[in-house]
Amino acid sequence: MSELTELTIKETARLLRLRSFSAAELVTAHVEQIERVDHRVKAFLRFTPELWEKQADEADRRIARGDLGPLVGIPMAVKDVLCVRGVETTAGSQILKGFRPPYTGTAVARLFDAGAVMLGVTNCDEFAMGSSTENSGYFPTRNPWDLDRVPGGSSGGSAAAVAAGEAMIALGTDTGGSIRQPAALCGVVGMKPTYGRVSRYGLIAFASSLDQIGPFTRSVEDAAIVLEAMGGHDPLDATSSTRANDVLRDFDAGVKGMRIGVPREYNEVEGMEPAVKAAIEAAIKSLREAGAEIVDVGLPHTDYGLAAYYIIAPAECSSNLARFDGVRYGMSSQDALNITEAYERTRRKGFGTEVRRRVMLGTYALSSGYYDAYYLKAQKVRTLIKRDFDAAFEKCDAIIGATSPTVAFPIGSKTQDPLSMYLCDVLTLGGNLAGLPGISVPCGMTEQLLPVGLQVLAPQWREDVALRVARAYEVASGVKAEVAPLV
Amino acid sequence: MLARIGLEPGDVEFYAEQLSGILAHIDRLKELDTDAIPPTAQVVEVANTLREDVPRPGLSQDEALANAPAAVDGFFRVPSIQEEA
Repeated sequence: MSELTELTIKETARLLRLRSFSAAELVTAHVEQIERVDHRVKAFLRFTPELWEKQADEADRRIARGDLGPLVGIPMAVKDVLCVRGVETTAGSQILKGFRPPYTGTAVARLFDAGAVMLGVTNCDEFAMGSSTENSGYFPTRNPWDLDRVPGGSSGGSAAAVAAGEAMIALGTDTGGSIRQPAALCGVVGMKPTYGRVSRYGLIAFASSLDQIGPFTRSVEDAAIVLEAMGGHDPLDATSSTRANDVLRDFDAGVKGMRIGVPREYNEVEGMEPAVKAAIEAAIKSLREAGAEIVDVGLPHTDYGLAAYYIIAPAECSSNLARFDGVRYGMSSQDALNITEAYERTRRKGFGTEVRRRVMLGTYALSSGYYDAYYLKAQKVRTLIKRDFDAAFEKCDAIIGATSPTVAFPIGSKTQDPLSMYLCDVLTLGGNLAGLPGISVPCGMTEQLLPVGLQVLAPQWREDVALRVARAYEVASGVKAEVAPLV
Repeated sequence: MLARIGLEPGDVEFYAEQLSGILAHIDRLKELDTDAIPPTAQVVEVANTLREDVPRPGLSQDEALANAPAAVDGFFRVPSIQEEA
């Protein structure tokens, strides 16, 4: 039944109604695929059979009643930073080992209501800090296209699960590129919505002004379907927007007459690989042939984005992670002599190297005497970066370029040099600093058969534009996300 | 100290070298003249979002304590917070 694990939501929804197979059979096919490949890919941290049995039964009852919801019965994986009631959720960290949230976050709850079936919890970099999933407090995940390479990160488990046919959809979070970059490296679709589109209630916070939840799928339309189901206002998140969640507007309208901007700085970023550049040039050509007007735009502060990001994100993380003190949940050193020693022992044992590095960096940037030089300065540069995008969007409707300057890199190749790892996000983190929606879609393979991703960025709240351009590219190029063979 | 991450001997040298490299990259921000630029703390359009001040159910005491590493009599249990006199 391997073909059941290669379908899109749209195809599945139709076949479920034709009674070609049941939701229970669909789940079984995915569980069999997990059994076949996950010991090699290692996308999942834990499985949720009690949920998938109950939810698949419920899905079959809904289908029998004539429910036409597109997500009814769709097998889903959830990144280990999204709280699901009663399901161990650890943010990829030892410090939260054993934590079972007493509630379910809004995005997941809405997808459950829409009929999605949860298969399990996917691996990620600890507290979503990383670009390779090697910072997981448990084990690294492998890229389904080449098991010796990383899947990207931080949502590497979610990207790999969808690329390996272990889940039809997966949820991730994106703070500097953590959905789009792994989507690119694994050859699937990944979307970060506008900041405020999807409620962050129930998301274990990393950098609260940057974090957004988004989907991994194998088609652009599927990403839109998931986003439509989980987005929209939520009173439980004070930053959630009250705007209409109409992301599918003009979805199939094509790019004829649209102005698509290509930032001249994006081709020149550090570490841009020729094979990536070539794939992006082919994508630009394909969109031009589809009728788009390609315009040259400038994002002059691109080179400063990484520096600003690595002040702002660690500063917010050092504050957010102060709550992991071994008192209310997770790992604890109760045998300490006093409370201060208990905090230090708990955090020493519980946090991995990258998390400790960022907590130190953030604490330093926020400390008295350095605040103006680092944190305030970074916030001002954030303004300049946002203004760059505002000016660029005066000249174009959407911006395209590579999602990641590199294809998937070998496991272990960047772990000794944190700055080289940070550079993985140089093309994606601008979207977080400016709060823009961005999507990565597969745009072909290199000669080594490694996927390349095309990023489409749109103005705030214009997910419809990002999706429309991504869809037009998918149609014009004929490039589709495929399940990795894993022979 | 503020971060309470329990650095041990050897950690200081290890992190000092890496953090110096990262801070050297971050120092490029100094190239930009930002005197006249306002800071951006967040990009949300909504501000001062308040909900109605009506009570609603929260977690029960048992639920709130369910994940506690140590609890006693409905409280979180922690090691001594004050030195003995």
